[in-house]
Amino acid sequence: MAHFDPNAKPFSKKWLNDRLAIETLERVLSTEYWIPKNINFLWAMGMVLAATFGLLVLSGIFLLMYYIPDTKQAFDSVNYTIMSQVGFGWLWRHIHAVAASVVFLIIYIHMFTGIYYGSYKRGREMIWISGMLLFVAFSAEAFAGYVLPWGQMSYWAGMVITNLFEGFSQDFLGGILHFPGLVEWIRGDYVPGQAFVGRFFMLHVFLLPLIIIGLIVLHFGALRIPHVNNQDGEEIDFEAEAEKWKAGKRKEAKVIPFKPVFLSKDVFVMGIYFIFFFYLVFYHFEFAMDPVNFDPADPLKTPPHIYPEWYFLWSYEILRAFDKDPGLIWFGFAQVIFFLLPFLDRSPNVAPASRRGPFKYWFWLLLIDMIALTILGKLPPVGIFTILGKVAAYVFIALWFALPFITKMEKPVGGK
Amino acid sequence: MKELKILAVVVFFTLVTYWGVEPFAHSIMHKHVEGHDFKYPDINASKVKGNAQKGKELFATNCASCHGLKSQGIKAPMDALSAANTYGVNPPDLSNAGALYDEKYLIAFMQNPSQAAKAKKMSMPPIMAGNEQGAADIAAYLKSIAPKEVSPKEAYVTACGRCHANSYGKWTQIGDVPKTKFNIKTKNDVALAEFNVKVQKYQDKLADYMGKLPPDLKIIVRARSEDYLKTFVEDPQAHLPGTPMPRVGITKEGYEKVYKYLESTGDPSKVEREKIGPWVLLYFVIFTLLAYGWYKSNWKGLK
Repeated sequence: MAHFDPNAKPFSKKWLNDRLAIETLERVLSTEYWIPKNINFLWAMGMVLAATFGLLVLSGIFLLMYYIPDTKQAFDSVNYTIMSQVGFGWLWRHIHAVAASVVFLIIYIHMFTGIYYGSYKRGREMIWISGMLLFVAFSAEAFAGYVLPWGQMSYWAGMVITNLFEGFSQDFLGGILHFPGLVEWIRGDYVPGQAFVGRFFMLHVFLLPLIIIGLIVLHFGALRIPHVNNQDGEEIDFEAEAEKWKAGKRKEAKVIPFKPVFLSKDVFVMGIYFIFFFYLVFYHFEFAMDPVNFDPADPLKTPPHIYPEWYFLWSYEILRAFDKDPGLIWFGFAQVIFFLLPFLDRSPNVAPASRRGPFKYWFWLLLIDMIALTILGKLPPVGIFTILGKVAAYVFIALWFALPFITKMEKPVGGK
Repeated sequence: MKELKILAVVVFFTLVTYWGVEPFAHSIMHKHVEGHDFKYPDINASKVKGNAQKGKELFATNCASCHGLKSQGIKAPMDALSAANTYGVNPPDLSNAGALYDEKYLIAFMQNPSQAAKAKKMSMPPIMAGNEQGAADIAAYLKSIAPKEVSPKEAYVTACGRCHANSYGKWTQIGDVPKTKFNIKTKNDVALAEFNVKVQKYQDKLADYMGKLPPDLKIIVRARSEDYLKTFVEDPQAHLPGTPMPRVGITKEGYEKVYKYLESTGDPSKVEREKIGPWVLLYFVIFTLLAYGWYKSNWKGLK
């Protein structure tokens, strides 16, 4: 057993150090958690995401006090009680809705930053994988939350997405991947109804947030050992550089401590982000709150256009571009392929895409293709849009098949 | 400088995505309907001049058997529910009609209701068929007795309220939800329950008449764009061919009042939002300036 100072005053620093090692913790997690100096504002997206998640939790708690998970009352509990009867209820709701949309924008920026700088390989695979798990958990959370106001899009998007769990058609592989009962099991009914609202409410406010918080801990933990990447993909000897910093050579050291140096830049970036964020909350929230969902759910009236929220559109478009069975296959492919990125990239280079030969083109093509898929995913599947959607879906698939080959051919590039 | 370039790239792709999924996608999804600013160009202006005095007499003989005129002390012959039982829908009280409806529309409507309203089904008969002078007289009379100022709610009640409830505004098709008291011993509110039964009976009749129950407009301002609502009210058939909703022939000013009411029930936080918004943004501008100072002081001499 460790040594305990019997004379330490309860709750004094010494007393707490003996029991909780608070000073060691602070050192390991902040004052001597070393971050490369050679970074740009994109490295602050993690903290921006954490802050946005914080806003979602905070606003969610207030909404939870008045929301009623009942098919007859849900719509009015949100649109009447919260929006007009509860003091500042509208503000919490708009913060929640805007944050739920913007969080995905930041997630995508965060992901593409990682892809661009090669921050997913050579020791950083678990950072990438835990991040992708977070992406999946956030997607499930967003979908569950979208059901709750019980508007037309809650109902019909809920219907369309849960239908996917029926699996492949009966003709496919003799029907072994056809699960007609699964959809009803998930809905708790033949169509979305009270059981559906009840369980998605539970998922949205309890189970999924719990999973997300656990995954955030894992994601942060995965970052601590391999350390953050930098703008040049340079391999840094963090111990040696840390010694330089501690010796007062602040200019020579390639690292900075998380607190206060890295944090001060994070907070500044967050400030700019919050100006943008609250501008959206007060003046431009419509993009995050689809008009269709302000019509109460009506099982007898299918809306003319059913589409998911913007952040799901690219994979939705891949699903739509094919017939049922191949559509499901490529949809599944799109969901899991990002997990495999660290293993499909066969190049040893950790460097910005701009210095990596063909990968440079791969990166920008992927980004542009996913934006094209996103836009086409919202457009009605008619005429030229159908063709463009198919092309974009094929390009997406082809890019991933090409990745191992183009990265294998890549010449080693020296770090700067 | 390099960071600003990176920011420009991020902003560019974000804006392209936004443009694609919002303005562009919506412009493709929703057909564009050209508005006419409630001028009703398909209806020719009446050349005859109406005489309000004659109109008053004509009103008594032609209109008062169905329509009330509360402001002139003329009560409707039937209450809302009995009227709905008889006609399918409650004929409106016309006290505010002269203030809200386009005059040439009124004249055309009295001569041929279903043509003017562009609706197949109309309980009202062409009471002034072939009698443009008579129609103009009645229109002039309605105009002469119209109040100078009509409140947003009155505009809604007159133009929309007999078919569309607005539950967030506590409005039902047969009137305001009454203020009632429940029995303290039983927690029953018989008066309210009786009122609700009446509303439901009315709604059933209305649904039979219209083919379906017209939607509650409690939050329609968030469900449809401003432009859609405007052009839809102006000419429902242009958006939804075959819809049983009649063109009501409201004036531009009248519509603006209706919209104000719809906004007050569907987007009541607008006033507060616009009041608080600048302060919140100012707070974060100051926050960011202070954060910038902290950042600069920490990064001084690092590079």
